[in-house]
Formats: sequence, C-alpha cells, structure tokens
Amino acid sequence: MKTYDLSELALRNLRESSLRNSLTTIGISVGVASLVAMLSLGIGLQQLANRHLVKSGLFDTVVVMSRRDVRGFSRDDEKNNSSATAAESRTLDEPARQEIERLAEVQEAYPDIRFITELRYQDKPHLTMVAGIPESARSNDAFSGVQGRFFSSESAPEVILQESFAAELLGKTEKPGQEDDIPVAELAQPLIGQELTMRYAERIPAASSIPEGAATKAASPTRQVPAEAASDAAYSVVSREQKLKIVGVSDLDPDSMRGAARARVFLPLKLAENLHVMQPSDLRDSMRGFSKQPSYSTISVRVKNPKQVEAVEQAIKKMGFNTFSILDATRSLRQFFTVLDLFLGIFGSLALAVASIGIVNTLVMAILERRREIGIMKAIGASDGDVKKLFFAEAGAMGVLGGIVGVALGWTIGHVINLGTNIYLKRQALPPENFWSVPWWLVGAAIVFAFVVSLLSGLYPAARAARLDPVQALRYE
Amino acid sequence: MTGGLEQSNQTSSRNGAPAIRIVDLCRHYQMGETLIRAVDGVSLQVRAGEFVALLGSSGSGKSSLLNLIAGLDRPTSGAVIVEDRDLAQLSREDLAKHRLRTVGMVFQSFNLVSRMTLAENVELPLRFAEVDRNQRRTLTRQALERVGLGARATHRPSELSGGEQQRAALARALINRPKLLLADEPTGNLDSHTGAEIMNFIREFNQSLGMTIVMVTHERALAERYAQRMIFLADGKLLDDQPHPAAVAASIPGERPGEQR
Repeated sequence: MKTYDLSELALRNLRESSLRNSLTTIGISVGVASLVAMLSLGIGLQQLANRHLVKSGLFDTVVVMSRRDVRGFSRDDEKNNSSATAAESRTLDEPARQEIERLAEVQEAYPDIRFITELRYQDKPHLTMVAGIPESARSNDAFSGVQGRFFSSESAPEVILQESFAAELLGKTEKPGQEDDIPVAELAQPLIGQELTMRYAERIPAASSIPEGAATKAASPTRQVPAEAASDAAYSVVSREQKLKIVGVSDLDPDSMRGAARARVFLPLKLAENLHVMQPSDLRDSMRGFSKQPSYSTISVRVKNPKQVEAVEQAIKKMGFNTFSILDATRSLRQFFTVLDLFLGIFGSLALAVASIGIVNTLVMAILERRREIGIMKAIGASDGDVKKLFFAEAGAMGVLGGIVGVALGWTIGHVINLGTNIYLKRQALPPENFWSVPWWLVGAAIVFAFVVSLLSGLYPAARAARLDPVQALRYE
Repeated sequence: MTGGLEQSNQTSSRNGAPAIRIVDLCRHYQMGETLIRAVDGVSLQVRAGEFVALLGSSGSGKSSLLNLIAGLDRPTSGAVIVEDRDLAQLSREDLAKHRLRTVGMVFQSFNLVSRMTLAENVELPLRFAEVDRNQRRTLTRQALERVGLGARATHRPSELSGGEQQRAALARALINRPKLLLADEPTGNLDSHTGAEIMNFIREFNQSLGMTIVMVTHERALAERYAQRMIFLADGKLLDDQPHPAAVAASIPGERPGEQR
C-alpha cells in the first residue's frame, strides 16, 4: 500500500474507536509531557545557574599576575614552570597588557587598580577595598543588577557600592541567623545621590626634586639601570581627599573572584588611574626600579567566550605570566547538570514507558476486536506487509499525535509552575526567575522520541496481526 | 469494466484451457488427538469460463477446497494450479497477490468491513493494488453502479439489507478484474428472491465477462439451476462430477428476474 493511503487508512481507523484511541493518545501525551517537563526543568535550572555565574563575571575572566609576585596556584604550575625563576619572568606593565589584549580571543585586558582606603560617609570612617572598573562593564551582566545607574563617564567622580557595603554605611549590617536579605532597592533608596569622601595616598613622581645619585641608589645596586628609569622610581606620598557621588548599588558581588581581597566600592577605571593611588607594588618597583612605566600587580583579562578561557590562559602563561580563572568550577558544575538531566530524563521516560504499554494494549485489543476485519483484508488481497504496516501506522500516528499534545501539555505545565514559583518569589520580595526552558530541539526530540517509542510498541501487535490466519479469522464470529 | 479484459477472458473461455488444475490435493488438520481430513486426495480440473458448483453436506470439505483455490489456506500435500501457478509453491507474499489479482471472493456472511462505507469497502482491494487515487474513485463508482448501489455509496453495511450487502461484496470481488470468482454459499443468508437476484449477477459475470465461477453450496436446486457442472464432495473426497445440468437453462435470456439493466 502507498504511504499516503496507509496513513489515511490508519487515521480513519483511529477515528473509528475514538474513545479508546484518544485515551491511549492521552497516555502518551502525559508521558511526553512529564518527559518534557522534567528535562525543561533541568535545562532551565542549568541556564539559571549559568546566568548567575556569567553575571558574576567569573567565567570569562582570567587574572594575570607576574611570576615575580606570586608562585603558581597549584603544585602542577610549580613543577611545570620550575625553570622560570623570578629573575627571568617578565614585568606586568603596559606593553605586556597590550600584548595580551592583542590575543584573538581576548575582549579586553585592563589593569587592576585596587587599594584599601578610608571612605567617610556622614563623617563616619569606613575602611574597605576600592577597585576601578572599566567602561565595558556597563554592557557586562556583572552590573546589570545595579540599582540606580552606571557611571556617567570613564572618569566621573562617581561610585557604585556593593550591597554589603551599602548596608554597612546605613548601619544595617546583617544579624546572624537572619535569613532574608534586605532588598537592594531599600538600601539604594537613601544612598543614591549622596556624597562619599575618599581619603587616599597619592603617589607623586619626584624625579625633579631628587638628585641622580639618590635615584641610582634606590635601584638595585647590582644592575645597570638607565638614569631616566631610575628617576621614575622615586616619589613622594601625599594624603588626598576626593568627593564621590553614589550613583548605584549592586546586588551582585562582581569582584567575588578575588576572595578576601574583593572590592566593595567601585570607581570608574580612568578616574582610579588618574588618582595615582599608592599601590603595594609601587614599593616593590621602587626597590627594583625596572621600568619607567609603573607595573601592575594584576591585570584582568576578559575573554570573549567562557569556552576560550583555557586557551587564553595557556597563551598568557607562554608569555611568562601566571594566570588564574575559575574554569574548574564550571567543569564540575556542568558535570552536575549532566547527571541531573540524565536522572530527570529517566524519570520522565518512565511515564512514557507506561504509556507505551498502553499502546501495546490498545493495539492488541484492536487486533482481537478487528480479527475479522484483518481476515477480510487478507482474503481480498492484503499482504502480511500491508497489515503490519497498517498497525504500525496506527501506532505511529498515536505516537506523533501524543507527542505533539504532550509537548504542548509539558510546556503549559512548565509555565504554570514557573508562574506559581514567581508569585511565591514576588511574595518573598525576590526578583522573578525563569526556571523553565523548552528549547526547540527538545520539542523536536520529544515528538520523535514519542514516535519511535510508539513504533516499538507497535512492533509486537503489528507482527501478530500480520501472522493472523485468514481462514481462522473469517470463521471467528 | 473495460472491454479489453472482457475480451481476453472470453477468449480463454472459448479456448477451454484449464483455469484450475487440482492434483491429489490433501488438507489435514490436527485437532487435539484426532486428525481431520478436510480435503483428502481430490483431483479435478476446471476449464476457463466454466460455472462449477461444489456440493456437499456440512463438513464435506467443500469450503476447505474453496479456501485452497483462493490461496487463503495451504495444502498439506498435492497441488493447486491456478493460471499455471502452483499455489502450494508460492510465498506468502505471492499468495496475497494471487488473492488480490487472480481471484475475487464472496462469502455467506458478506464479510464487508462494518466500520467502512460501501465505497470504502469496494475501494479496499484497489488500495492494496496501489491504484491511483482518482482512478480508484472512478472504478469504485462504476463497480457500485454495476450492482445497482450507486446511490448507497456512503452508507455503512449495517444500514443495508442482506441482498444489498452481498451485491456490494460482489462489486468488491470484481473491482480488480479477477479471472476467477469464488463464492462460498453466496445466498445462504438470503431469502430465495434476493438469492436469485445475486445468482443472476453471478451468472451474468460468467456469461458476459467470461469469468470462471466456483460456487460452494449445499442447495442442489440452486446448483442445478445456475451451474454448468456439479461436483459432489463427502468426507473430503470427490464423490461425483456431473457436467452441464444447467447449460441449457443458462442460455435462456428470459430467466433473469433480478436483472437491473
């Protein structure tokens, strides 16, 4: 029989005992729906986790350090780089930064300017880590959760506070045991537009006021140092004040990668650079006196795609620097979600397995009921193959139909649950989240899967119908 | 039906070549402990264009013999040669083709598919024969009109009388233009008037289309009136073979009360 005729006849037969067939189809739909619901929950949770991690800016960032300053973070690093001693390694300065930025996968490389200093708010001193952030962070997800706004320009005297520092300024430090965070909006509201006074130590080049000899003395005596470079290594330190306007409060912890050294107050990078705040590395540089240009303690490198972090790290290591990223953390996270998806998929498939037994049952019942019909079809010339294909087509049609209805059902269930969760979150004064994701490939795969499962379920009934002896079937009344 | 087929059938009927050749045919069933010899060593020949009646009491093996000729069943031993092919040697697939193209069957209980309309029932063999959709529709309409059921195409079998159902079954049996019509007690469920109507259709197919007819019946009167030859079976064995009792009657044109056109 031709495929078109076959499917037409199969659909016709399905319509005939519509109650039983629709119940079976509903069975498949429920199976597919549970599968789709489970998997889309898994995918949705994974995406949620990824979103938060990407937002944190951790996964596309590589921190570059000079080997002079720190040893490798792992023993492997030490073993592999045993030949690279402090003396052979390079200085992390402006040419190095530019070289890193020229790497194909690198979006930008910017120096880390961070220092611990005192900020006065309403005449009360608060000591914290301050960091400069580049203009590019505006489009970055890291600051998407900012209450208020981003800096108006690259060197505006403005500041964004991290949530915990804002709480500290308002004297609302979290009490132990208190579960719920204070909403960021509540913290931001009294602070935005207010003024902070930052006290810091400025480094002023003192080349003109210091004689040549003194400068040479300041450098390492064993090395030949050009006079002009040496002159740069001497400076004076002056106490300064800078008024800063609070423009935003961030609910995230954009600098969390730094652990204990993470900043809670952020300045525009250019402003921070121009302040020439004394850096811890300045002391070291004045001791070594290598370069005219100041070196950086660390450089943050933003990679275009988190997948390329490893490659960038390798490239930078080849240049002679140490690197650090949280790549390993993502790896284990991905593994966790793969296992989670697998388990959710298995539970979802169980329902489909039950549904497939329903198909077998329906078709076997149909054979008993349609014994005579099968006999007639054979008597008037249907081959075994025709009968087999007809039952196959009926199973397949139920599968496809059940698959389509099931995907729609699963999608609806997902949205209802998501809606319910978000109502709950809203009541808890938390921002809404999307736990649910039904990608197109899942829609397609679920329907194909339902189809294949149905065909497999039809295998036995179809073979049984095809084997039916027409003489027996026609005698049967 | 087209003229080409009629002509070829008539030609073969004129030639009188054997359409069916049965050689020492046996069909035995094992039923528990006992062996049932439904057909037991039957040999006979049916010429093309012949109208043969198989007679016998119930259990004589006449239906079993018909099923073997139809290719619905396989012999235990012996040969059934229809149109030069031994059905015993055919694969299941080829047997299905034989049922589809070489033979048409009608039954005592009509055997229409109850969930399909008359048109769908008649069309069914064309679907198996993979005939084009439009052609199928035309052929179905023609076949139904031929048996006077053109207006009932969309009715279901349960909405029709027995005679109408059997006429639809005849239309279905003829739709693939087989050379052989096998009828198993075609009038068994019908009153005598409707029965005569069906028999006249069958006789017409025999005479105008040149179809070979093998009809199973237990009514000797029916066989005498319509068939050209009577074959008697008892306990699976051939008892008697009487040629041409109705040959003269069949040629009288006035003897066609149910004729529609």
